[in-house]
Amino acid sequence: MKFFKYFLVGILFGITMFKSEAVSWFRIQEMFRFQSFHMYGIIGVSVVVGIIIVQIIKRFHVKDIHGRDIVIHDKNKSIPRYLIGGFIFGLGWAIAGICPGPMFVLMGAGYSALIVFFAAAIVGTFLYGVLRSKLPH
Amino acid sequence: MQQTLEEFIRYISQPWPWWVGGLMIALILFILLWFGREFGISANFRVVCAMEGGDKYADFFKFDWQSQMWNLIFVAGAMFGGNLAYNYLPSPDGHVAHVTPAAVETFHEMGVEFEGRYPPLVPDYFSWSSLFTLKGIIILVLGGLLVGFGARYAGGCTSGHAISGLSALQLPSLIAVIGFFLGGLVANYLILPWLLKL
Repeated sequence: MKFFKYFLVGILFGITMFKSEAVSWFRIQEMFRFQSFHMYGIIGVSVVVGIIIVQIIKRFHVKDIHGRDIVIHDKNKSIPRYLIGGFIFGLGWAIAGICPGPMFVLMGAGYSALIVFFAAAIVGTFLYGVLRSKLPH
Repeated sequence: MQQTLEEFIRYISQPWPWWVGGLMIALILFILLWFGREFGISANFRVVCAMEGGDKYADFFKFDWQSQMWNLIFVAGAMFGGNLAYNYLPSPDGHVAHVTPAAVETFHEMGVEFEGRYPPLVPDYFSWSSLFTLKGIIILVLGGLLVGFGARYAGGCTSGHAISGLSALQLPSLIAVIGFFLGGLVANYLILPWLLKL
């Protein structure tokens, strides 16, 4: 039961990604060509509302279900790590037209060949782990 | 009751406008924070590496991955949600991506063909049979490698940086999102058209 609630929120996420069409390869490429407002609208609304939610949580010290203060960890300061890493991620995002969230949703919808993309992403993560100490952070 | 449920299902089966999608993602971000968790999908790749014994090869995989169990359950739910939406919530017009006419024109110029006004979810090379073509295997494997490598290098993907990070006004996340976009533009305009011709 401890984990079942995450399964339910996951279902909500899967349905949201599918019905808002954010899982579509074509929606992603359309976004990179600036041919529709759709994806910018989805990300924009979620960030604006997300900022309001996080500010309310901080101002009013909202507690989580365990009664603890909700803390959002600050990310480590750096530029090269985020810019280079982000650039590499962006290349893969547009080459495949898929990012990790939609990948799971599409696999669930029956696009089983994406398991190859999933396996490659695991290998990519593993390569990062091995090469980590040699990369600028 | 039965009738109300059917009406509700018919209502949510319509394509969701962008603002509904955005509101729902913000709601999911809030629910996870309220559960004491931070929304980030690509963290699961690291968990899988650690589970499969990656800690023998790199310290990066020596961490308490059991504490991320919830995240694996979350993506299992996302898969099930995708299955439900695909099978039980199809749009009344039967289409899954209502892209603009300008985009359709670009897709045809790029050589991504489909019948009619609207495309399917993914191009036809996302299938087992195309994995044996150069185009299919290169796009899926190269795309996956870069996504996995880049997401961990940058410390997050679209969910962790563009949604969670920007919502918490994290400057590193803004830098990462700028990186995502620069990489995406380069790949979309310069690399993908070339790969699609393979």
